[in-house]
Amino acid sequence: MCGIVGLFLKQPKLEPELGALLSQMLDIMCDRGPDSAGFAVYGAGTPGFVKLTLRGPAGTDFAALGDKIGHPVIARDTHGVLSVPVAEEATVRAALARLAPEVRVVGAGTRMELYKEVGLPADVAKRFKLETMSGTHAIGHTRMATESAVTTDGAHPFSTGTDQCLVHNGSLSNHAGVRRLLAREGLEVTTENDSEVAAAYLTYRMRGGDSLGEALEHSLGDLDGFYTFVVGTESGFGVLRDPIACKPAVMAETDDYVAFASEYRALAGLPGIETARVFEPEPAKVYFWDRAA
Amino acid sequence: MNLSVQTAPATDGETRVDLATTPLRELNGALHKLAADTNQTLWTIANPAGRHAIAAGLDAPITVEIDGPVGYYCAGMNKKARVIVHGNAGVGVAENMMSGLIHVKGDASQAAGATAHGGLLIIDGNASARCGISMKGIDIVVKGSIGHMSAFMAQAGTLTVLGDAGEALGDSLYEAKLFVRGSVASLGADCIEKEMREEHKALLASKLEAAGLLGEVDIAEFRRYGSARTLYHFHVDNVSSY
Repeated sequence: MCGIVGLFLKQPKLEPELGALLSQMLDIMCDRGPDSAGFAVYGAGTPGFVKLTLRGPAGTDFAALGDKIGHPVIARDTHGVLSVPVAEEATVRAALARLAPEVRVVGAGTRMELYKEVGLPADVAKRFKLETMSGTHAIGHTRMATESAVTTDGAHPFSTGTDQCLVHNGSLSNHAGVRRLLAREGLEVTTENDSEVAAAYLTYRMRGGDSLGEALEHSLGDLDGFYTFVVGTESGFGVLRDPIACKPAVMAETDDYVAFASEYRALAGLPGIETARVFEPEPAKVYFWDRAA
Repeated sequence: MNLSVQTAPATDGETRVDLATTPLRELNGALHKLAADTNQTLWTIANPAGRHAIAAGLDAPITVEIDGPVGYYCAGMNKKARVIVHGNAGVGVAENMMSGLIHVKGDASQAAGATAHGGLLIIDGNASARCGISMKGIDIVVKGSIGHMSAFMAQAGTLTVLGDAGEALGDSLYEAKLFVRGSVASLGADCIEKEMREEHKALLASKLEAAGLLGEVDIAEFRRYGSARTLYHFHVDNVSSY
């Protein structure tokens, strides 16, 4: 099964509430995916800096790690975020690998932070204090594992490029072949998960110059299987369903936001939902919104 | 009366249930207990908030008015009851309905009226993919358009669409009769356009009348689609169509 939620704000007024709104949506989707959860939030960023989201084993002392690296790490449960000048990113990553090989960089972006863990989604959201986070857009996922094991590595979202992340409901049938194609192109997919292949495929397309919309358009031809994808970039938010529309999807749009959920229940608590335009995204049709546009 | 669901018979005949405060199981349990001669013939449901299986499994001649959007399988397996949804409906509204009326005032998600044996399903908006899949006698009237793979393996009943139909309409169709006023993106395997004879116009008129649409739309604008009946029995020449 799996559940997906996403919220893309068009106006700044709801930005302080972004995490609280997404948290409530994620809670309701526990029914669709009780084994693990994750979310990516596009919050504040500093020009010239990149935020690295780290994940360590339970009990990781992120403050001590920050001292060693020379950049403070803001800890949230098993995750920590540090902000480093873009020019120092490679050095910091190398230092992390050397000083704390058990800690992984799960996401990098000017604004994106990414959190995921095994456990009931409502509990995962609480552990990371999602309800306190603010930002412009966020996507989340509740997982019922099918194609790979219930591990934190297998939880969504997957991030394979700066400020890029993807969540997926479904299963891909040609992920092994696409994985080989991406390996030849120098893109390493680090887990056994089919959804990470989809994320890396979009990164590969965008690296080649595609917009998010164009990358999603190409995935219709190159990715085979069942999927509803919700994708985030630094300024954009995209949705794509496979041509059979195997997996559920419903969206709501108002002057203030665009929201996505696997089921309407998750949208029912959003402000102004009574008068929102509620619709099901059509199969094989690319939807995307961009703040820069 | 306001329900706290140990249902005393209502004096005004109307039972009001607020799903923001009453658990859905209590509501459905109370509805299931109703006898055929119940005096509680009108139920109004507030704050459905997209919950699943609201008013599923009814078996009494009552009216249930739901004030807002519903989730999956609303009014599934319905017998005798009238269920009116003032909002959108999720996947599988009216699935396996046996008799009665279900009226969705908004849009319906996938598989509306799936496998249903009887009764009437009216959708004022659009219905998405697989509307009427495997229908077995239900009459479905959609005032908007329907999605792909609608009436897949539909066995009996009628599907009337005032708007357009998506791809692969009526794939592997049996004897359901499909009437579409707008365009059809493509026909599924073994589904063909058929002549609209007088008896079909009369049939369509009766369904439009049941949906309160007689005189509002021109029957001459509809086209009829049905089974070419070449896939009823396995034949090796048709293997690619199965």
